[in-house]
Amino acid sequence: MNSSTNNHSGVSLQVCGLRKSFDGQAVLRGIDFEVQPGEIFVIMGPSGSGKSVLLKQLIGLEPPDAGEILINGESIQSPEIASKYRLAMVFQSGALLNSLTVGENVGLYLSEHRLKPPEEIARIVAEMLEDVGLKGTEDKMPSELSGGMKKRVAIARALVIEPQLILYDEPTSELDPLSSVVIGEEILHLQQRIHVTSLVVTHDRDLAFGVAGRMAVINEGRILTIGTPDEVKRYNDPLVQNFLHADFKREP
Amino acid sequence: MFENIGEIFLLFWRTLLSLPQAWRQRQKVFDQFFEIGNASLLMVCVLSFFIGAVIALQTGPVLVERGLASAVGGIVGISMAKELAPVMMAILIAGRIGSAMAAEIGSMRVYQEIDALRTMNINPVHYLVLPRLLAIAVALPMLVVFGILVGWLGGAVIADTNSHIAIPFQAFWANLRDVVELKDVANGVFKSFCFALIIGVVSCHQGLATIGGPRGIGRSVTKAVVNSIVLIVIFDYMLTRVLLK
Ligand SMILES: Nc1ncnc2c1ncn2[C@@H]1O[C@H](COP(=O)(O)OP(=O)(O)O)[C@@H](O)[C@H]1O
Ligand SMILES: [Mg+2]
Repeated sequence: MNSSTNNHSGVSLQVCGLRKSFDGQAVLRGIDFEVQPGEIFVIMGPSGSGKSVLLKQLIGLEPPDAGEILINGESIQSPEIASKYRLAMVFQSGALLNSLTVGENVGLYLSEHRLKPPEEIARIVAEMLEDVGLKGTEDKMPSELSGGMKKRVAIARALVIEPQLILYDEPTSELDPLSSVVIGEEILHLQQRIHVTSLVVTHDRDLAFGVAGRMAVINEGRILTIGTPDEVKRYNDPLVQNFLHADFKREP
Repeated sequence: MFENIGEIFLLFWRTLLSLPQAWRQRQKVFDQFFEIGNASLLMVCVLSFFIGAVIALQTGPVLVERGLASAVGGIVGISMAKELAPVMMAILIAGRIGSAMAAEIGSMRVYQEIDALRTMNINPVHYLVLPRLLAIAVALPMLVVFGILVGWLGGAVIADTNSHIAIPFQAFWANLRDVVELKDVANGVFKSFCFALIIGVVSCHQGLATIGGPRGIGRSVTKAVVNSIVLIVIFDYMLTRVLLK
């Protein structure tokens, strides 16, 4: 793979003044935050608040209108980033390649970049699938999997990259509570094992408070507050409190 | 439709630049190649047989009446080789394969599979466009050669069996071989190679440019096919003009 010295440690991520609009409609209106190497940073916010758009900019899929994104101090737009740092993203839908089997999906990065011989790839794929609790599903097609299984395959596919920064887009949406817990544990486990920097975008409060080292609450393209889970819980802003404590009110 | 001609050329150029990757992607090229063959060989046969047959049927009686029976083989031979097989097969393939390319790549676009490829540092042009373009650039000319032969056969059979024409099989072939030269066939094959590039690039471009969710896929497919056919017909004129000398 690559021989840089920081091979197995997370990278830092800095975001300054990030703005993005589509057809004149502002989606991100100045986002600033910083994630330390090896930290799990959670961004919470309601649907449509611009979380997925933010992640797409962070991994360089879309250029921002304004602002800067720095990985270990280097702009994400610079051409060397891709070869220097290993970044991975787990998409909200999984985004598995539907024409490939589960095994081929998970091994795609290795096989496409000719990083390992086929037997070695098969071994790694089996190991990664076992890690996410999907042992022996190599030959299934993505269309045969449930939403939760797809997401776990997507995580396995990201892990194969041995990422230094991993972005999760709503990893537990559409999942049952048990699978959500498994995913949450996987996120923690990974951070402990390879010290990857993790950025988790979610509106799942249990997941957020379960894994976050620090967290931010975002609404309508602005960050309302950043801090440790306790600080955010105590933050006295009606928008934040509403979001954190929204619940059914059942008439007795 | 011409607003993205620039983008289409850019994609073509980027695909050419990725040609050194072709050997790496050979498995995908073969897969695409066989898929094209599988999907269209039978249709190519039927279509060209009947095109050859109908030219014989349209020209035969008129020529025979004027004592020009010996020209029928040549007419079927030349028109099939230089014009009808390349253009009709290209239109068929635009409808059958171009649409499939646009749909497949378009759905990969909509369901973020292409974004996923890019986050894995896999270039969609190398991974998706190059294999498709190479496969169609080889497959279509081969299908056209095949179509030309079947078309001639269709013409010969009708010339022989239709009572208004009644030119024996051997006489038809003798005339055809008198008139048609290898360069006429080469001419048609060359045109079909150019058409294949048009179908491949236009369809892949349209697929990659898909926006707006699942409904966008349908729009892309329609656009890919229509734009390919329009460009094929325009290029057909230009290429014919250039090859005329
Ligand atoms: N490519 C795009 N073109 C236009 N609008 C977009 C695009 N992507 C996202 N948006 C808009 O940006 C807003 C935020 O979307 P998103 O980031 O997906 O929200 P979420 O926080 O639920 O992930 C939405 O109003 C959406 O309509
Ligand atoms: Mg989202």
